[in-house]
Order: sequence, then structure tokens, then C-alpha cells
Amino acid sequence: MEKKEFHIIAETGIHARPATLLVQAASKFNSDITLTYKEKSVNLKSIMGVMSLGVGQNADVTINADGADETDALAAIADAMTKEGLAE
Amino acid sequence: MSEMLKGIAASDGIATAKAYMLVQPDLSFSESSVEDTEAETKRLDDAVEAAKADLKIIKEKAATNLGAEEAEVFEAHLTILSDPELLGNIKDKIVNDKVNAEEALKEVTDGFIAMFEGMTDNAYMKERAGDIRDVTKRVLSHLLGVTLPNPALINEEVVIVAHDLTPSDTAQLDRNFVKGFITDIGGRTSHSAIMSRTLEIPAIVGSGNATTAIKEDQTVIIDGIEGEAIIEPSNQELKKYEDKASDFVKQKAEWKELKDAKTLTANGKQFILGANIGTPKDVVGATDNGAEAVGLFRSEFLYMDASEFPSEDDQFEAYKQAVEGMNGKQVVVRTMDIGGDKELPYLPLPEEMNPFLGYRAIRISLDKQDIFRTQLRALLRASNYGRLAIMFPMIATIKEFKDAKAIFEEEKAKFVKAGKPVSDDIEVGMMMEIPAAAMIADKLAKYSDFFSIGTNDLIQYTMAADRGNERVSYLYQPYNPSILRLIKNIIDASHAEGKWTGMCGEMAGDQIAVPILAGLGLDEFSMSATSILKTRSLMKKLDTEKMKKLAEKAVSECETTEEVISLVKEFTK
Repeated sequence: MEKKEFHIIAETGIHARPATLLVQAASKFNSDITLTYKEKSVNLKSIMGVMSLGVGQNADVTINADGADETDALAAIADAMTKEGLAE
Repeated sequence: MSEMLKGIAASDGIATAKAYMLVQPDLSFSESSVEDTEAETKRLDDAVEAAKADLKIIKEKAATNLGAEEAEVFEAHLTILSDPELLGNIKDKIVNDKVNAEEALKEVTDGFIAMFEGMTDNAYMKERAGDIRDVTKRVLSHLLGVTLPNPALINEEVVIVAHDLTPSDTAQLDRNFVKGFITDIGGRTSHSAIMSRTLEIPAIVGSGNATTAIKEDQTVIIDGIEGEAIIEPSNQELKKYEDKASDFVKQKAEWKELKDAKTLTANGKQFILGANIGTPKDVVGATDNGAEAVGLFRSEFLYMDASEFPSEDDQFEAYKQAVEGMNGKQVVVRTMDIGGDKELPYLPLPEEMNPFLGYRAIRISLDKQDIFRTQLRALLRASNYGRLAIMFPMIATIKEFKDAKAIFEEEKAKFVKAGKPVSDDIEVGMMMEIPAAAMIADKLAKYSDFFSIGTNDLIQYTMAADRGNERVSYLYQPYNPSILRLIKNIIDASHAEGKWTGMCGEMAGDQIAVPILAGLGLDEFSMSATSILKTRSLMKKLDTEKMKKLAEKAVSECETTEEVISLVKEFTK
């Protein structure tokens, strides 16, 4: 299992457009991927789950990936995060 | 037997085609228990796949017609339909509770909707409840085997029948298939009516009961000239309207010859006829109809068609496209006119008792300056690509104009200081739509480079009559001497300072009003693109000296709207 922490800088947090892109990035991989915020974890392949967390600006979140392609998955997600200006 | 429906003529032309009912179907169902849960799960999967197929088509159409940003909403909808948690929960419910797919779908999505609606501190997330509702409806319609209409799914020639058309509906109308439309509600100035003229689709609005009188697939004739619809016409009627349609086409061809002509009156006086546009794409329709300017670019459509505030770059591209498209002819961009009846999902505003008298347009821009400055910067950048002018909506006082202008100057100074190019002859003017401003037009003319009269609001505020309220619609009186006097005051005040006045309301293309306005010395008439050539043809018949007398009489002697109308008829005989 691999994990990585992100500090959310986007003014509006993670919602619709960025959330959709994150979910799409995660869905390309076979690993189980979760997003954890305030001790609550959701499936990063579930748009409902991600949006239900209500992650706002300045939130610290953790992403866990578990599976054969976990390393690639985390890299792709980190890439999506920076490309969308979501996190640093 | 054919049946006739009467409504308000919204857009010229005749169309005959089968009816496409753009109405919500009945999606009611009852809960039942199922034995074969495997088959029921399969039924759910099939419905989800069918809904996804719909959404893919809708998304593609939206991307072509509206742009990538608008299409993203549907991308989000598709992501919801691929959500493993959502689908997993529904399937679990079918298997564990042995309920039908409809019920399982409803229970699970209701839970998510309630959760999102409960996020009261986050207006954006609250809105997402609407997305889930939309998606649920589409899946449900496939489960029930009924059609959930969407303009993007139309693939044959039709006449659309709807209660009302929303901006996103009209934006997706494919002109190759949609020959005309008729709605239950709305007036000549409602959104759907304005759009029908922009799209040049014959249309009738405010018919009262089109959605109940017309049935799917019935043949309907839309007479957008008279505001009449014929349901299931006889052969004789079909022939009659065929003739009428070809006469209309002939007249349009005559008008077309005036496309590249100047707008000259019988005695050789020149006027400018401009077009009102909502998006840069409308520039094509404007130039095709011989527009000599864009007198009004309603920039709020850039905001209304987006899911978040449009960025400086996005706005810049839109303004640049418009000024480039007009090829050196002036484009007047009105800064964001939100509020009143125009809302933004991502800008939650407190509910007001009187939204038209509330927090809207320049009042928001002056208060939320970051939004305003972003727009001004985009405009400044676009000024390098053509002849751009800017105007502020809803100015009531001198201070408001000066404050808005000062912000513009500040942003412009930053460009100059940074060595960034910016046009040096951007005219900065204001809308004249509040009676208070009209009364001090002489003072405002010292600061404003031009005025643009917005008649819809000016009439509504002068008459103190909500233009959307049908019970007081008799007070919408553009020719009332009270309105004409205000207009005269505005035009005279601008001329006294060597400035010009345009009009960008519906009245500018009104065949009764044009002779009076020409007599009052209005410099620019900006209207729906499709009214331009008709107006240019009318101008050719007018003598401004005679129209001056007409205007004087109308302003000083007439007591009522009716008197003004008969006076115009007498003078233009």
C-alpha cells in the first residue's frame, strides 16, 4: 500500500469539475483507492463519496492506493491534483 | 378538423412540422417486490447504460453548440452514473430487500440528495443535488420505458412544444431539425422569444395551453408573423401557409438586398442599425443580417452558461471573437447584468422581496469588485482586436457611474504601467434604464461617452409595472408619451454634450416606434439581428423632417398610447 498527503489550495476546494477529474483519474486503475479527510475515508472512484466529504480550501487530505498498480495510480492522481491547481 | 391556437408572435416566419413535446413525462411508479433479483439488476444495468448513451449524445451536442465548459456538466452526470458506490448501493437494495429497480433507485438517490441538500453552508454542493435528480430521472425514464425529451436528442424535422424554454434548452436547439417552436408562457421580451429571433426560428410564445392542446407527432403550422398555430391543418390550410411562407421568403430576399447598404432615410439622413447578441457566435447572424454594429453584447450569458465564474482568459476569448467577427465595427459590451430574473448558481444571493429593485447589475459589480475587475481586464485585452466599447447596466446616480469608470481607469492604468497593449479609444458609456438617470441625463452626459436606452427596464421602472406579471402587462406601453418624453430628454442631453445615444431594447426594432425615434434623433438602433433589414427597408421610406414633426406632436400633444399609434400611422401613410 502506498499513500500520499495533499494540502488543498483551490479556493473552492474539491467539487464538481476537479472532483470529476480526480475520480476519472482514479477509475483508470485497478487498485483500491481511498480519499481520507477528517478521519473519514471514501472510495476515490465514487464521485458521490468524494463530493460528500465537502473538502474545502486549506484541507489536508490523504490518498491511499492498494493494488498492483498503486504507484502509477498515486502518480496519476498527484499529476491531476497539480494540473487542476487543486493541491501543492 | 384543424384547431387554431393564438399566442404572441415572437419570431417571423412560417414553419410546418411534426410536434416534439418538450415536456416532463409522467415518471410515477409503485413499489413492488421482485423474485428474480438477478433479472431486476440486469434491468437496472440496461437502464443505466441507455441513460449513459443519451448523456453522451447530449454532451457531444453541448460541446459543439455551447463549448467544452457547458459539456462538463454532462461529464459530471456520466461520472455519477459510473459511480461504484451509488450503483452498488442500488443493487444491494434490489438483492437484499427484493424491491423493484425503480424503488431501489429512488431510495438510494433520495439519500444522496438529502445529504447534499443538507450541506447548507455550501451553496455549490447544494446545487449538486439537482445533478443527482437529473440523472435519476433519466435512468427512471428508461426503467419505465417513457421518453425523457431533450433538445439534443432530436434527429428529424420538428416543431417544439414546451411550457417554456430555458437558456440551456434553446442553446441546444439544432437549427437543421428544429423548424419552429411554441410555448405556453412568455412575452415578446422573454428569454425564449429573444433567442428565437437570434436563431431565426419562427416562434410563438404565451399561447397559454400549447402543451395540452398539442399531442406528440401531430402536424403543426407555426405562423410566427401573426402568432397563430394550426394543429392538424387541412390540405387547404397547408396550401395557404405554403403560399404565405413563400411570400415571406420573397420579402426576406428583398430585404437581403439591403444587407450591405447604408441605412439612409428618404431624405438622405444616415442612422446606424446594430444587433443585440448574447454570445460571440451570434456575430455571424448579426453580419449576415447587415448589422453596422453590435449595440449590445449581453455579457451575462458568459456567466449564466458557466458552472463557475468565467476566467479572465475565457472572457477575453469571447470578447476577442466578437470584436474580430465584427471586423472594425463597434461592439458595445454591457458588463455583467446579473440579478433581477437572472441568477447564477455559483453566486448565491439572499432572496429579495423585489429582485428587480434589488441587488443586481452594476450594484453587484461595485460591491464585488474582484468579479468586475476580472471582466474589465478581459475587455481591456480584447480592445486590441477591434473597436470595443463598454457600458455599465443599471446606473442610477452620477456617483455610480464615476465609481465604475474609476475602476475601469485603474485597471487600464495597470495595463499601461506594465507596458501591456490596450486600445486608447475605448468608449465608456452607460445603460439608460432607470428614470432617475434619465432625469439627470444632462449631468451624466458630461461623464459618459454615450447612452444606450434599455427600453424594457426603462418602461417597467417608469410604469412601476413588473414586466413578467401578466395582470399588469397592459402597462407595458412603449409609445406612452411619458416614455417618449424620457427618451427625448436622454437623446437631447447627449447631443448637447456632443455625445451619442443608442437604444438596445426591443423598441428599437419596433415598426411603430422607429419613425418616432428617428424623429427624436436617436443615433443608433440596436435590435434582434432579424429585425435589422426590415427596419432598414422602413427607414428608406421615412423623411426625418417629417418624422421630427411627428415626434414633436407625439411628445407634446398626445395623451395616450393609442393616440401616438394613430399619429404614426397617419404620418407614415
